[in-house]
Amino acid sequence: MSGATQKSNYWIGFRAGLPFLLVMIPFGLLFGVVATEAGFTTVQTIAFSSVVFAGAAQFAALQLMADNTPVLIVVATALAVNLRMAMYSASLAVWLGEAPLWKRALIAYLNVDQSYAVSMNRYEDEPDLTLSQRIAFFFGAVTPVCPMWIIATALGIWVGDAIPSWMALDFAVPICFLAIIAPMMRTLAHMVSAVTSIILALLFAGLPYNLGLLIAAACAMMVGAQIEVWIRKKAAK
Amino acid sequence: MTDTYIWTIIIVSGIGTYLIRFSFLGLIGGKNLPDWALRHLRYTAVAVLPGLVAPLVLWPPATNGEVDPARLTAALVTFGVGLATRNVIAAIVLGGATFFGMTWLMGAY
Repeated sequence: MSGATQKSNYWIGFRAGLPFLLVMIPFGLLFGVVATEAGFTTVQTIAFSSVVFAGAAQFAALQLMADNTPVLIVVATALAVNLRMAMYSASLAVWLGEAPLWKRALIAYLNVDQSYAVSMNRYEDEPDLTLSQRIAFFFGAVTPVCPMWIIATALGIWVGDAIPSWMALDFAVPICFLAIIAPMMRTLAHMVSAVTSIILALLFAGLPYNLGLLIAAACAMMVGAQIEVWIRKKAAK
Repeated sequence: MTDTYIWTIIIVSGIGTYLIRFSFLGLIGGKNLPDWALRHLRYTAVAVLPGLVAPLVLWPPATNGEVDPARLTAALVTFGVGLATRNVIAAIVLGGATFFGMTWLMGAY
C-alpha cells in the first residue's frame, strides 16, 4: 500500500518538475556554447555542469573568468550566487531531516531552485505526507530536470559552432538572467535590494578583480534584510 | 585561461556549492538557524545577480562598452515582462524579439 502511494508521489513530483525543462534546456545549451567559446574543453564544460550543478553560478564564474579574474574572486562570487541554497537546505531540513544520511547527501546535490520550489509547495500544501512520500516527490521532481541540465550542456558544446554570429549569443546570458531575476521581486525589500546591487555594481565597476560585484552584493543583501525588518516593524504598529 | 585555472575553479566552487547545499540538511537541521541569518540569506540571489547583469546590459563587451539601444531596450522589456507575468519563458521570448526587432530597425542587417 505504502509502496503504491510512494510511486504515485514520485510521478506527481515528476509532472511538477516537467515544465522547468523549458528553461533548463535552453539555459544548459547556452552554457555549453558559451563555455566552449571561452576556451573550455568538452570535458571541462561537462565537468563544470555536473560538479557545480548550478546554472547562475556557472555563468557568473564564466563571465569573470573571461576577464582573467583571480581564482579567489571567481569562487567567492560563484559561492555568493549559491548562498541562497543554504536557505533551501535549512527549509528542506525541516521536512526531510529525518531521512538517512545517504539520502540527504543525494538530496543536497540535487537541491536546485526548481526542485526546491516545487517540493516546498507540496510539503506545505500536504503536511500529512509521510517522510518516504516526501522523498519520493522530491526525487520525482528532479528526475526530468537534473539529468537534462548536463545533457543540454553537452548538446550546446556540439551545436555551438552552428550558431551564426548575428544571433548575438553574448546577450542571451543577460536576457536569461533578467528573466530569472524578475519573478524573484516578491516584495519591496527584494526590489530595493536588487536596485542597490545594480547601482553599487555600476559605481564600483572600475575596481580591480571584479571586487565591485562582491561589495555591491554584500551591501544589497544587508539592505534587503534591513528593509524587511522595517516593514515588519511598521506593520506591527 | 590555463587548465589549472579552469580546474581549480570547477573543483573548489563545486565543493563549496555542495557544502552550502548539504549544510543544514546534513548537519544542523533547519530549526536552529537564527532569524537574522535566514533573513539575509533570503536576499542573496537578488543581491548578486542584478549587479552581475547591470554592466553587461549598460556597457556590453560586444559593442566595446558603448551603450546599445537595442540591448538596453531588450533588457528592460525582458525584466518588465518577467515582473508582470512571472513567466520566465515569456520574458525571454519577448526580450529576444525586442532585441532582434530593434537591431533590424536600426539597420544592422
